[in-house]
Amino acid sequence: MVVLLGLVSLGAFLLVSASPMDPLQTNIGQAALGSMSQEQIERLNEYWGVGVPPLKRFIFWGKDLIRGDMGISLLYRQPVSQVIRVKLGNSLWMLGMSWVISGVLGFLLGIAAGIKKGSVWDRIISAWILVTASMPAFWLALVLLMIFSVWLKLLPMGLSVPAGVEASDVTLKGRMLHAVLPAATLSLTGCSTIAMHTREKMTEVMESDYVLFARARGETTGRIVRRHGIRNILLPAVTLQFASVSEIFGGSVLVEQVFSYPGLGQAAVTAGLGGDVPLLMGITVITAAIVCAGNLAADSLYVLIDPRIRRGRRET
Amino acid sequence: MRERDAGKDILLVKHFSVSFTRRKGWRGVTMLPVIQDLSLKVGAGELVAVVGASGSGKSILAHGIMGLLPKTAVWQGELFFRGRKLQEKTWREFRGCGMVLVPQSVSYLDPLMRVGEQVRNGRKDRESRIKGREILKSYGLGEETERRYPFELSGGMSRRILISAAVMEEPDLVIADEPTPGLHLKAAKRVLSHFREIADRGAGVLLITHDLPLALEVADRIVVFYAGTTVEEAAVLDFKDEDSLRHPYTKALYRAMPEHGFKGTPGRQPFAAELPEGCVYGPRCPWFSENCKRPVPYRRLNGGMVRCWREDLEETGEEKNEA
Repeated sequence: MVVLLGLVSLGAFLLVSASPMDPLQTNIGQAALGSMSQEQIERLNEYWGVGVPPLKRFIFWGKDLIRGDMGISLLYRQPVSQVIRVKLGNSLWMLGMSWVISGVLGFLLGIAAGIKKGSVWDRIISAWILVTASMPAFWLALVLLMIFSVWLKLLPMGLSVPAGVEASDVTLKGRMLHAVLPAATLSLTGCSTIAMHTREKMTEVMESDYVLFARARGETTGRIVRRHGIRNILLPAVTLQFASVSEIFGGSVLVEQVFSYPGLGQAAVTAGLGGDVPLLMGITVITAAIVCAGNLAADSLYVLIDPRIRRGRRET
Repeated sequence: MRERDAGKDILLVKHFSVSFTRRKGWRGVTMLPVIQDLSLKVGAGELVAVVGASGSGKSILAHGIMGLLPKTAVWQGELFFRGRKLQEKTWREFRGCGMVLVPQSVSYLDPLMRVGEQVRNGRKDRESRIKGREILKSYGLGEETERRYPFELSGGMSRRILISAAVMEEPDLVIADEPTPGLHLKAAKRVLSHFREIADRGAGVLLITHDLPLALEVADRIVVFYAGTTVEEAAVLDFKDEDSLRHPYTKALYRAMPEHGFKGTPGRQPFAAELPEGCVYGPRCPWFSENCKRPVPYRRLNGGMVRCWREDLEETGEEKNEA
């Protein structure tokens, strides 16, 4: 995992250094640069490390990172770690909410569709899955905004907290209301993958030999789903759920932009557009770490839960 | 014990046919006949073996009697269990208690559930626990087996687990679908002897197998199954001598047994989609005549049944007495 993280940050670093950005221009601005003397420019060049080979810069940055110093954000004029902490705090619970909802909703829909392949329920749910899976997240976000904020005026247009209210006065309800739409968008688009896979797995289980045998022993469909179905699809579903962390993060970039939700996704966009290399690198590393942790958790859970892997290991 | 309920039919199958519907083109549907006009009965305390080659539709028969055919299957005929006609409602009543299936292999056990729980079929009360343990013990399986998962079982163990699960329900009818493949001779004989015991305790057992020599060791009657239909029903004693067998296919099976010459018969069993007109065995039969192109009735002969037009197969006095 550490190796993977290293490679991800190296890749991002090389991409950034390949971009034609001049550190002086992006940091100081074209106008200020023009009014400076040659001497000043050279001093600044030295300060920003212009001309130092990329690999060497990467190593400097990596060393600082290990010490917990991710540099200072150029746009926010704050340490990167602090910016990320604030943004992640905003995002995390909205993302977590949509992660849980999309998982549970997708799982339930998948089971309902998979119990009987070709049934009315299966067709309705499959159609729904296809529609949401092919719907772009930002478009869905716009539609939801239009319906709930513009027409029905039930939910706020954007931001994570009510505008013009002191930070200390923000209520939990206010936060919740602001997170509803972005979370709903992410859940709706995210649940389709999980539902599709769960449905696939569920039909496989329902057509399996052991379900036939369960029927032969007089078990009803409801009991079969509860006793054999969930038991056998839970593992793949859990794996998928943890692997879907990356999708939620990816989707958050677009969705947060639409809802002007000041979270990590939006910060990433701002950093990218504003040439804020330290912040961009910091966000890359943190999100990569979270996604990797998700995948790692999925793999370790598998080993812990599945008796075939757990017991098989013990014996060999 | 064995004679306790002799004569009382546990299972009666009359003119049972199963076809699968297959889509053909946009709207057309073809019917694929897998089982045709099959009749048999199993009495209490009786072990009847249905013997047929792979692909003759044996598993479909087992599933059909249990009422577990896939949605694409259409069936005809009449099935009676303890004198009651089998249909959706009665199947729901009898499946699992009364009539049980002993499936082929370990894949019929839930891979993620401990064996003990599956044998008890989820029951958790003390009585069931004790009973489950006793049944496993009677099949030579220790207490530690209960905590195992299906992937940790050997072939022989998994068959005995499946039998335990069936016996747990104290059934009147056990349908065993190919319980022996993949087992070495000793283990296979042991598994079959368990079915004999079940029958001796008064239940009816329908054993579906491809292994004629093994079936002869434990069964009371043999039903010979070929290309989806029954061609002969004979007592085990009839297999002592080729001449007391009725159908040419049964005679061919007899001659193919190692102790009777190990002789094969050319040709192969026809697929369901390419059944010949009239007698299904016609193309391979040395006695084939024009007559065999007509549908063949299943008729009584010398205490057994046969599906053959041959006129020289007449009742012989001595065999009549034997039956």
